[in-house]
Amino acid sequence: MPGRTTLRQTMLGWSIARHGLAMLVTVLLGGLLSATLVRFAPGFDVDENQLDPRLNAASVQALRDARLQEHNVARFYYKSLMRAAHGDLGTSISLGQPVTTLLKQRAPLTLRLVSIGLLMSWSAALALALSAAWWRSASYDAVTTIVSGLFLCLPAAVLALLSVLWNVPGSLAIALIVFPRSYRYARNLLAKAYSLPHIITARAKGLSELRILLWHAMPVIGPQLLAVAGVSVSVAVGAAIPVEALCGLAGFGQLAWQAALARDLPLLVNITVLVTLVTLLANSGADVLGQALRGEHA
Amino acid sequence: MKAGRTLACVVLLIVVGASLAAGWLAPAGYAKQYREAADAPPSAQHWLGTDEIGRDRFARVLYGTRISLLLAPAAALLSTFLAVLVGGLAGYLGGVWARVAMAVTDLFLSLPWLFLLITVRALMPLNVSPLVSVLVTFLILGALGWTSAARVLCATAATLRSSDFVCQARASGIRGGRLFWIHVLPNLKPVLYAQFWISIPVFILSEANLGILGLGVAEPLPSWGSLLRELEGLVSVGEEPWKFVPLILLVVVVTSFQFLLSKQEEVAA
Repeated sequence: MPGRTTLRQTMLGWSIARHGLAMLVTVLLGGLLSATLVRFAPGFDVDENQLDPRLNAASVQALRDARLQEHNVARFYYKSLMRAAHGDLGTSISLGQPVTTLLKQRAPLTLRLVSIGLLMSWSAALALALSAAWWRSASYDAVTTIVSGLFLCLPAAVLALLSVLWNVPGSLAIALIVFPRSYRYARNLLAKAYSLPHIITARAKGLSELRILLWHAMPVIGPQLLAVAGVSVSVAVGAAIPVEALCGLAGFGQLAWQAALARDLPLLVNITVLVTLVTLLANSGADVLGQALRGEHA
Repeated sequence: MKAGRTLACVVLLIVVGASLAAGWLAPAGYAKQYREAADAPPSAQHWLGTDEIGRDRFARVLYGTRISLLLAPAAALLSTFLAVLVGGLAGYLGGVWARVAMAVTDLFLSLPWLFLLITVRALMPLNVSPLVSVLVTFLILGALGWTSAARVLCATAATLRSSDFVCQARASGIRGGRLFWIHVLPNLKPVLYAQFWISIPVFILSEANLGILGLGVAEPLPSWGSLLRELEGLVSVGEEPWKFVPLILLVVVVTSFQFLLSKQEEVAA
């Protein structure tokens, strides 16, 4: 029906636009918060160039005046925004390098770690949740619940330390941090779906498990699973801090940790805003995909 | 399940009791150094051995447990109070208030928890006295951990706002703060208790993460986070297994909380 398709497409378009707007507002607000933090952080007024003995009084005064102009948070934020629009995110205090360069250098490793970690954790979570839903064995369910519960009780940093101790890749540590959350949600959703009357009927009629999963269960739980997948991106990105810091991997997480220890706020807030943008993108993407899936099966 | 909850309760009582009796069980204290016995294995004098500068590990575990287990609930109390203030009031007032409060909540929720924690921790001076570092760490946890609870409370308060008994109270002339205090807040109590208890293990784990990363409680005060940092230098698990005692204790305590909370989570949902 063309009318219905057009309506669905319009609604999807609206949804994308709404998410885009929400993301823009969040990033702008986050940026304002970050600019305020940087502006009021101790040491903001200090410029080490002012201590250069070769500068005369007029030059030192000019440097002070330049700093004074940035005292107003709104003006400081506006200037930071303008600079950011041209790709200039400032200079790291502790590393003395442009923040943009540092981010470009570190991004690929974190991206790889997080992607592999998410892939591993979701593969394991879905495989275990599916087998739990198919077999419906109480002992199997108890074992998987205990194992996932154990991982849930371990701090992410301890899993990172253990991964160093047992010499396993950092991506596996991220996978183990994300796994218990994704498994529990996937298991609950699948268990609920497999107790629905139409799926019980399909099983009774002898339909293959794969067909039941793809044709009957997934349309029901797909949007919720996608939403959980979006949230798990945030968990994985957060886990990158202890994993990279303690495993000696030069990514975003390690950079954020070093910036926190050195109180390098310009670098830290830029990383945080960027990470927020990534998690927002993941969540919005999952929402839009879920909506599209719901529309497809409505 | 009931037996599991009873066992969890007993375990928690034993751990809390032992940590409160730290002064009696380990009278030497957490900071005393036995220089002649640095990095010693377990013995009759030092049940869990000593650390690299000769401090008794058993005493440090007991005192560290006391700090983590007393301050995590304090942080949970603060976060629950903030959640009521932001979420509960926003849900009760509704309209623009609810939209603004939830927008702020969403902004906080979109930041990964650990990134937010270390960013705010970095704003505070790192070279502070140990006592100040304890307060700063748990204040940050409490001040930033209110967001998910605020969402739940906002939704619950919004439902209560349009309930029959609140409409009746409003019709009989009770308004504003009095209506919130007498009719809405008491009905938020089950959700509040649930959120409070759920926050405790989250804060215990967050403190442990911060401590391992060197952004938590400062030396010489022990906490589970700082005690777990010892694992960083290990070469193999079998080498010095007694160093895993703080980790085992943490897992046991958090698991016990999870058991106890299985019912609370249903209420919070």
